[in-house]
Amino acid sequence: MSKTLLSFRELPRGLQSAALLSVCLAAFAAFAAWAEDPPGVELRIENHRFTPAEIVVPAHQPVVIHIKNLDATAEEFDSSALKVEKVIAGHGEGSVHLRPLAPGRYPFKGEYHEATAQGVVVAK
Amino acid sequence: MLGAAVITFREVIEAGLIVGIVLAASHGVVGRGRVVSAGIALGVLGAALLAAFADQLNAAFVGSGQELFQAAILLAAVVMLAWHNIWMASHGRAMAREMRALGTDVSEGRRPVRMLGMVVGIAVLREGSEVVLFLYGIAAAGGVSGLGILGGGVIGLAGGVLVAALMYRGLLAIPAGRLFAVTGWLITLLAAGMASQAVVFLQQGGYAAILAEPLWDTRWLLAEDSILGRLAHTLVGYTDQPDGLQLLAYGATILAITMLARTVRASHQRAQARLAAESRFG
Repeated sequence: MSKTLLSFRELPRGLQSAALLSVCLAAFAAFAAWAEDPPGVELRIENHRFTPAEIVVPAHQPVVIHIKNLDATAEEFDSSALKVEKVIAGHGEGSVHLRPLAPGRYPFKGEYHEATAQGVVVAK
Repeated sequence: MLGAAVITFREVIEAGLIVGIVLAASHGVVGRGRVVSAGIALGVLGAALLAAFADQLNAAFVGSGQELFQAAILLAAVVMLAWHNIWMASHGRAMAREMRALGTDVSEGRRPVRMLGMVVGIAVLREGSEVVLFLYGIAAAGGVSGLGILGGGVIGLAGGVLVAALMYRGLLAIPAGRLFAVTGWLITLLAAGMASQAVVFLQQGGYAAILAEPLWDTRWLLAEDSILGRLAHTLVGYTDQPDGLQLLAYGATILAITMLARTVRASHQRAQARLAAESRFG
């Protein structure tokens, strides 16, 4: 067995796992850095409702949704169809990057006020 | 009140499953109840702090800092779960139990349990912060009485505790000889699922915009959103529309943990054989 292989194994176990994971992450981060900024769509949360309630996006392209919460309390932008979940604090804002979507309708909701906070992303 | 109970329960079952697995995996270890309780307590404290300072944190994390934070703590949990399994492989389960029973090398024997305790803390922190924010939001809106919110939250929490107890009792029904192998695999799958989830957060934050197209859709089979789907999501990392990067992270985690555990166990056995040979012929 070579000397290098032995010395890696002599590292504390936690460090070994961390090293492996970090290398993988760093590689992916490097690739991701090449990606350009996708087009953005504005979404407002007001009185526990989304405006606009229907967002149309081009299919098979990454899109960013910039969410502004005009209410005083937090809301969780949640969509299992879009695979997105994010808490937007009261009077706060945040962005979510959507994956490229096949044509279709993708409902989303405000998990803390499901009764009124409903919307849909339509990919065309 | 029902709404508060349902949403609290949905968030809490994930943490409940992890607590159940951790308790079963550390079954027989002296003092593990204290470690797990400490993990839960710290998680709750962290969740309350996170929710209280959500506004300030949001300003600091403008745009996509929240996703980075979520991915980071998930990956920290993955590392700790991996560490636990690899430690168990290197020290041998029987020897580990012996050490703990005799009280010898107490700190060395407690380390894997502390790792699990921190994983519990992370899970409680993640789910707890959502619950706190949600309940605070209802309270601020004033639609439901304070008692109603508290009652709903407590009911939801009780449901989560029930899930943890069921998981624990269910695992303990497994014959003792097989229990550690089973919990070992559950921990590996837990870690793989968390790695996959971390990838979703990184992609949501725009940090990993590669291999992001969903590869298949199994919502017809099991929707991730359903109660059963959420259980599967936590236990084995099930997702109904995985993308390439998620699958890569999932597979890499399983591979890394099993390979490292095997390598470590093999080198440990070789060392033991050497010692035995030396003592015989030395």
